[in-house]
Amino acid sequence: MATENPQPERVNYLNKEYGVGSWLLTTDHKRIALLYLLSITFFFFIGGFFALLIRLELLTPAGDLVQADTYNKLFTMHGMVMIFFFLIPSIPAVLGNFLVPMMIGAKDLAFPRINLLSWYLYIIGGVMMLHCMLTGGVDTGWTFYTPFSTAFTNTKIVEAGLAIFVAGFSSILTGLNFIVTIHRMRAPGMTWSRLPLFIWAHYATSIIQILGTPVVAITIVLVAVERTLHLGIFDPKLGGDPLLFQHLFWFYSHPAVYIMILPSMGIVSEIIACFSRKRIFGYSFVALSSIAIAVFGFLVWAHHMFVAGISVYAALIFSLLSYAVAVPSAVKVFNWTATLYKGSIHYDAPMLYAFGFLGLFTMGGLTGLFLAALGINVHVTDTYFVVAHFHYIMVGGAVMGYLGGMHFWWPKISGKLYPEGWARLAALIVFIGFNLTFFPQFILGYVGMPRRYYQYPPEFQVLNVLSTAGATVLGVGYLLPMIYFLWSMRYGKPAPDNPWNAAGLEWKTASPPPTFNFDEEPVVTWEAYNYEELDAPHNDAPHKQEVPVAG
Amino acid sequence: MPGSQAAHSQTVAVHGEGHNPALLHHFATEEQQRNSASLGMWIFLATEVMFFGGLFCAYLIYRLKYFAEFSAASKTLALSLGATNTAVLICSSLTVVLAVYAAQHAKRSMLLGNLILTIILGFVFLGIKAVEYNEKFEKHHVPGPSFQFSEVNIPGHPGQYANPTHAQIFFALYFVMTGLHALHMIIGIGIFVWLLTAAWKGRFTPEYNTPVEMGGLYWHFVDIVWIYLFPLLYLIDRHP
Amino acid sequence: MAGNVDALYIFLVIVSGLMTLLIFTAVIFFAARFRRRKGVPAEQIEGSTPLELTWSVIPFIVFMVIFLWGAVVYFKGRTPPRDATEVYVVAKQWMWKLEHAEGQREINELHVPVGRDVKLIMTSQDVIHSFFVPAFRMKQDVLPGRYTVAWFHATKPGTYHLFCAEYCGTQHSGMIGSIIVMEPAQYEAWMSGGSTGPLSATGEKIFAELGCATCHRTDTQGRGPNLHGVFGKPVLLEDGRTVIADENYVRESILDPGAKIVNGFKPVMPTFQGLVSEEQLNALVAYVKSLSNAGVSGVNASPAVVVPAKGPGKAPAKGSQVQ
Repeated sequence: MATENPQPERVNYLNKEYGVGSWLLTTDHKRIALLYLLSITFFFFIGGFFALLIRLELLTPAGDLVQADTYNKLFTMHGMVMIFFFLIPSIPAVLGNFLVPMMIGAKDLAFPRINLLSWYLYIIGGVMMLHCMLTGGVDTGWTFYTPFSTAFTNTKIVEAGLAIFVAGFSSILTGLNFIVTIHRMRAPGMTWSRLPLFIWAHYATSIIQILGTPVVAITIVLVAVERTLHLGIFDPKLGGDPLLFQHLFWFYSHPAVYIMILPSMGIVSEIIACFSRKRIFGYSFVALSSIAIAVFGFLVWAHHMFVAGISVYAALIFSLLSYAVAVPSAVKVFNWTATLYKGSIHYDAPMLYAFGFLGLFTMGGLTGLFLAALGINVHVTDTYFVVAHFHYIMVGGAVMGYLGGMHFWWPKISGKLYPEGWARLAALIVFIGFNLTFFPQFILGYVGMPRRYYQYPPEFQVLNVLSTAGATVLGVGYLLPMIYFLWSMRYGKPAPDNPWNAAGLEWKTASPPPTFNFDEEPVVTWEAYNYEELDAPHNDAPHKQEVPVAG
Repeated sequence: MPGSQAAHSQTVAVHGEGHNPALLHHFATEEQQRNSASLGMWIFLATEVMFFGGLFCAYLIYRLKYFAEFSAASKTLALSLGATNTAVLICSSLTVVLAVYAAQHAKRSMLLGNLILTIILGFVFLGIKAVEYNEKFEKHHVPGPSFQFSEVNIPGHPGQYANPTHAQIFFALYFVMTGLHALHMIIGIGIFVWLLTAAWKGRFTPEYNTPVEMGGLYWHFVDIVWIYLFPLLYLIDRHP
Repeated sequence: MAGNVDALYIFLVIVSGLMTLLIFTAVIFFAARFRRRKGVPAEQIEGSTPLELTWSVIPFIVFMVIFLWGAVVYFKGRTPPRDATEVYVVAKQWMWKLEHAEGQREINELHVPVGRDVKLIMTSQDVIHSFFVPAFRMKQDVLPGRYTVAWFHATKPGTYHLFCAEYCGTQHSGMIGSIIVMEPAQYEAWMSGGSTGPLSATGEKIFAELGCATCHRTDTQGRGPNLHGVFGKPVLLEDGRTVIADENYVRESILDPGAKIVNGFKPVMPTFQGLVSEEQLNALVAYVKSLSNAGVSGVNASPAVVVPAKGPGKAPAKGSQVQ
């Protein structure tokens, strides 16, 4: 692990102990967050590499770069790696782990050793997945529908399934840890209504993680058992029902998308508040919307199955509920926008990412309205329209938020400042590259290009070429932060405790923080987002924490 | 499951000056630690409910679809063994309750005795289960290539015919559900062996007995799962 | 039909466009108007419950409009017209096999006349596929083990893409074909280009070859129910349930006869699982359909109604059996 040279008298969580053992056996939530950061970045590159190959293949209508089976493995592995080993852990395991205890004034999470176990489970799952990919991979699509996955394909379903099962356990334990921490470890005076919205978002996310993930876990078990013993739970030839698989699968996988987006929404709330210098407009509504999204998110799974053979009546119900779940997301977008009104806005890189999020999440969310409309869904489901929709949310939403958060809290995490000019440039490149990659895909979908196709009719080529061009730009945009974050660890300017003069307990301690976060337990007597106080001309607020000089 | 084991390994004493050596660094008070452990265990049990829930869902759907076959297949299960196991588990829940009480009241021999009894009853359960599985194996009721089902006439329903392929689904669910349950029992026994060791070393006092309580919660949960499994699997369409 | 989908789509594009414009404009405007200026602090605004309610309720109303419109379009798309021409589709890795009721067989191509309602009765031989014709704004998953139904009404002659839209393995993207819509005259010409005879006639032959007539006689002596007039009508089962005798019912009765026993009969029919191909099943279904007066769907309202049989000399059984 990279070491750095802080002021000689400052002991913090990074320099308190050296050595591989002190990292691999740590129970410090901040170190565990960094362990996760390395791991998920690694898997992001793997998934991104697969995406690159996919887009290269799709430059031409013919299937000429790779073989059909290889292509099928590429999009499958792209999906599985990106979803289970990047997106789902990303924000909670990196920023959540780092910040949740600090934001509520605690020394650590409720169960530090379980936190470390979470990381090991993630690594074990990741190694299993890597092994699976290196020894043949899987070609079922990340959705591994039956009976193809149970009775027809010869690829390594069971191994991939078990890898996801183990990683899922990691996710469950992280969620469990967060919920107990938020309930039981808040500092005196940190009431629920004073919690940062980042915490509310992670609380909602954790609820989904603990209740939803076990269902996909048992689904994977059933698929593995069916495959190995040739049972008939999902195989019609043996009396089973392939639709049962789809219901069980989507019962988790739909709420899973909210696991992926809610944390990002939490980050956006923090960034917009800080760089507008005011409290988020409609705090309670934003907090409750997070919970509403988590709850309603469990009620809409079969909107992935409108043409799968479910009854018309079931389809009607799920369509209606899908519109219900759209309302809290819309409410949040309006509240964030309203926060800008009469703010005092600064365009630092985190804010640029937040703006990007607002635009792209809005577009992605609106296209969700298209998909929830039964009449439209029949036409665009299983086409590139869906691919574009979910990438707008997952990448335009979740990843933008994640990058914004990484920039915002980088000084706290590393004790260094990243180069602002390069960061703003990267944000711009990501925004442009992203739109160029994925907007053409909406059109491709509506004119009929199905998904998971490695060869396609020639009339679809122009849009595919545009998309691939965009992907290249996007790739550059993602590489830049990797480079300058690493650069900053060695050459960056040392960061003050609170470079942004932001609200939040995490900013009241050193950058980087000491191992136990606070010298003395904070006592909270102010509301969240107290920017008025922070920006007041003479800030001698008596409750301000002393800067600790020893860990 | 590893999670529950880790949750119960929080009794390692760290330091002692003025407060209970079992209090961990990041907690402010013992009460906070105990409440956290408790909430954590309840949440973990909620995840277990969802985990088994998927199986119950599959069971529900196929029972509705293939009632005749489920009825016929259920009748091939050994009712007396299942009922005995139910009684065994209920008794073990009693011994668990007594163990928790003993820990809370510093009754060492009562604690040790009940922990041992719980473990023994757990093994009895698994033993009976093994006997049942063996019988199923001999009758070729284990799903897979060698599955055979010849009880195609359904007692009590003359003229109804049970399709062996559909009966196989019953047995698939039977083995996955009871197998998963048995796996949880094995883990539970492991937890109680660990509790027994710690209790032997005198780790539990009226001030600190959280692991016993948490282990107890877990055991009760596994017991309740069986209370659901027994009627659903053994008592389909049975008449006196 | 496609027009309806496009109308809703355009409405959604407009609504989304307006919404996007609104948000983008607001964000850019606020970001510029309220950029940080020395000596001008931010104004702390807690919120506004009336505003929250407004921007929750109004979008919800708009959503409900979209929902209802989408539901209507969907309902129409999933309700084939009564007298639609039927085509049987069998999907397999990685091709489409189609058979017209009149008997013509096609692979990866479907010829239809313009202006006619066409109903597809589809099943898969192996994994889940999906029948997707972008030009008709139509898509329906094709499942193994049961029939799913879709329909369309082509309004313009031409050749249109047919895609498989549910990932099904190696050659998923090669499982493509064409729907060829022809002028009626051309279609007639194409039709007369030879076939093996109507599908129902093929079914009748299979019915005889497999010995079905031994039990399914047209008098009351059969060990199995008389199949004349059965299709499309309610059937009373042994356990008291009533089901409609549709394509899936006939298919299930052949492959898993024990699943639903008709009232008054014993479960003695053997299963033909593994003994008939999907194409043969389609032919048998077509044959059983042809034994009914109306053919496709005309469902009687009341359950255990006794309908006089077509054949001579058949006295309806007392009360308990539906023909």
